[in-house]
Amino acid sequence: MKQTSFFRRIRDSRLFWPLAAWFIILAFNAIVMPDFFKVDIMDDPVYGKHFYGNIIDIFNNGAPLILVSIGMTLVIATGGVDLSVGAVIAISAAMGTVLINPALGNELIENRILTENTTRTPLPIIILADLAAGAACGLWNGLLVSRAKIQPMVATLILMVAGRGIAQLITNGQIMTIYYTPYFWFGNGYILYLPVSIYIVAVVCIIAWLLVRKTSIGLFTESVGTNATATYYSGINEKNVKLLAYTFCGICAAIAGLIFSSYVHSADGNNNGLYYELDAILAVVIGGTLMSGGRFSILASVVGAVIIWTFTVTVYSLGVPGQALLAAKAVLVMLVILLYSDYSRRLISRLFERKGSKHEAAS
Amino acid sequence: MKQRVKHFLLQHGPVLLSFVVFLLVYFAGSRMYPAMQKPQVFFNLFINDASLLLVSIGMTMVILTGEGGIDLSVGGVIALVSTASAALLRAGVNPYVVIPLMIVLGIAFGAMMGWIIQYLKVQPFIATLMGLYLARGVAYIISLTSVSIADPVYKQIALTPIYLPGMENVYIYPTSLVGPVMLLVTIYLSFFTRFGRTIYAMGSNEQSAILMGLPVARTKILVYAFSGFCSALGGIVFSMSLLAGYGQFASGMELDSIAAVVIGGTALTGGVGNVIGTLFGVLIHGTIVSILQFNGTLSSWWTRIGVGLLTLVAIGIQSIYTLRQKRS
Repeated sequence: MKQTSFFRRIRDSRLFWPLAAWFIILAFNAIVMPDFFKVDIMDDPVYGKHFYGNIIDIFNNGAPLILVSIGMTLVIATGGVDLSVGAVIAISAAMGTVLINPALGNELIENRILTENTTRTPLPIIILADLAAGAACGLWNGLLVSRAKIQPMVATLILMVAGRGIAQLITNGQIMTIYYTPYFWFGNGYILYLPVSIYIVAVVCIIAWLLVRKTSIGLFTESVGTNATATYYSGINEKNVKLLAYTFCGICAAIAGLIFSSYVHSADGNNNGLYYELDAILAVVIGGTLMSGGRFSILASVVGAVIIWTFTVTVYSLGVPGQALLAAKAVLVMLVILLYSDYSRRLISRLFERKGSKHEAAS
Repeated sequence: MKQRVKHFLLQHGPVLLSFVVFLLVYFAGSRMYPAMQKPQVFFNLFINDASLLLVSIGMTMVILTGEGGIDLSVGGVIALVSTASAALLRAGVNPYVVIPLMIVLGIAFGAMMGWIIQYLKVQPFIATLMGLYLARGVAYIISLTSVSIADPVYKQIALTPIYLPGMENVYIYPTSLVGPVMLLVTIYLSFFTRFGRTIYAMGSNEQSAILMGLPVARTKILVYAFSGFCSALGGIVFSMSLLAGYGQFASGMELDSIAAVVIGGTALTGGVGNVIGTLFGVLIHGTIVSILQFNGTLSSWWTRIGVGLLTLVAIGIQSIYTLRQKRS
């Protein structure tokens, strides 16, 4: 009897389904490719000794997506959606590279700039400018949604369309290439054998967790997502809660853009963060947060993003060409849809129930 | 009379406004670049945006159904149809077999997404996102590189100019006629058939539509199938105009088409707007692109910023209108 309730508690936990899905993928890897979990220590001439392997890759390459998913979770919890994260990633990446690279306007990028380890602006200012750009984008979205009362999908659509244009405007349509090793550290560096990006994700994750679980903001967010009008009448400024969620999401996207541009040493307004808004929404949905808002779990969304990247790395290591990845992803979404539909949930809980009752009968 | 005019303006305000905005944008463009005053430039809009128009027509109907109805897969279907038809034509299949086959493919694809949305209770956003990934992914599986089309029938359709009567040296291509014809069909469908009325009823309030005994489930699947049909037509037109098929074609077209629908005065909440506004939304998009082409600096990013700003203006005006309507 006691065991049944223990099972039920696990099954009802928010993290159960995402974690189960993740373990299924990992188990598949363990069977098909025993090498998948191998982690070596590599001695890099520039960045020193560090771990090297598929698992590390998942977290290192997935860091931007995890960051964006954290922001997206809060936005979706308020009953909204932020379609502009991909564009914000592009803007932030463009901003960072333009501040480093002295070639502006129609100037051609000189060879000297590509080989000389210099920057035009000091690093702290670059980081601040990136974050400010993200915060401004988020604020814009938040103002449109909370003050102008525009539907979230439409309001963020504006920046989604215009944002990539703005990113290209910043870099004047060029693909900006940079050479400045302190900036590269964010995407390529290592602390204690682990990539820096993992630490950045951890810090953002902890800040977000403290914000929503140790202050009342989390409660307010859930209440806005469940019923904004009722929240308003119970004396909570529902507008500012929404504004905060969108601004936070913008900042998360900006950090993701910073890591992204640092990782690939360049910024491309057209392709940076392409489809990230879709992947982030997918991660949140895999994490079990409803698109209609309400209860949410940041950790579950992080697991959702990790699932997407585990899947991606798995597909790559299976030798599937990169372009066919999209079709594989479609299969993933299909599985998620099937797994999360009411029908299959009922089926599975019925299976569990039967097991439980058998157990009860035996004892 | 005055009352009637006021009512008409309130009813069709956003659509009329998109027409006015189009005129203004075009007028401003032709002031800046006198070459734009040539009639050919106007008809070029239909040539260049032929597939965007087709896709947006389907998108309008989907958005009109409300409940978060949206079709993100349109660009993917264009890529899939263009690649699949190019591959089939290269394999020597008769083009008169390929075209119907592609249309059936589009309809089946749309119907599948509609079925998932209706019966698995999945958000349209997620289901059509899967459609986007699937379509583009399959297109890449068919061919990783661009496949050119050398079929004589396709070439003939694509390269035969139709000279417009009454005007000198003004021509369009047969492919650019598909959009306007489809527009007329859709106007008929949305205003004069049960299918169209059901869509508007669903968009206003799906629950009441169900209670009224309207075939909501069937209509929803049909709407997505219709959008798939439009996208397939768009894909055929696209592959004819470029005489090639590639998985990367029409990337981001879902955005352009949603923006065109919104600029055309259709509310994303559903139930308000029509395809005539969408035509002007598409034409506005085309005009901005051609102004930038006349400008000659190839700063293509201004298209996006311009479309974004116009979407903002359109939404602002729409919300003012809804406020007015509620008050009156």
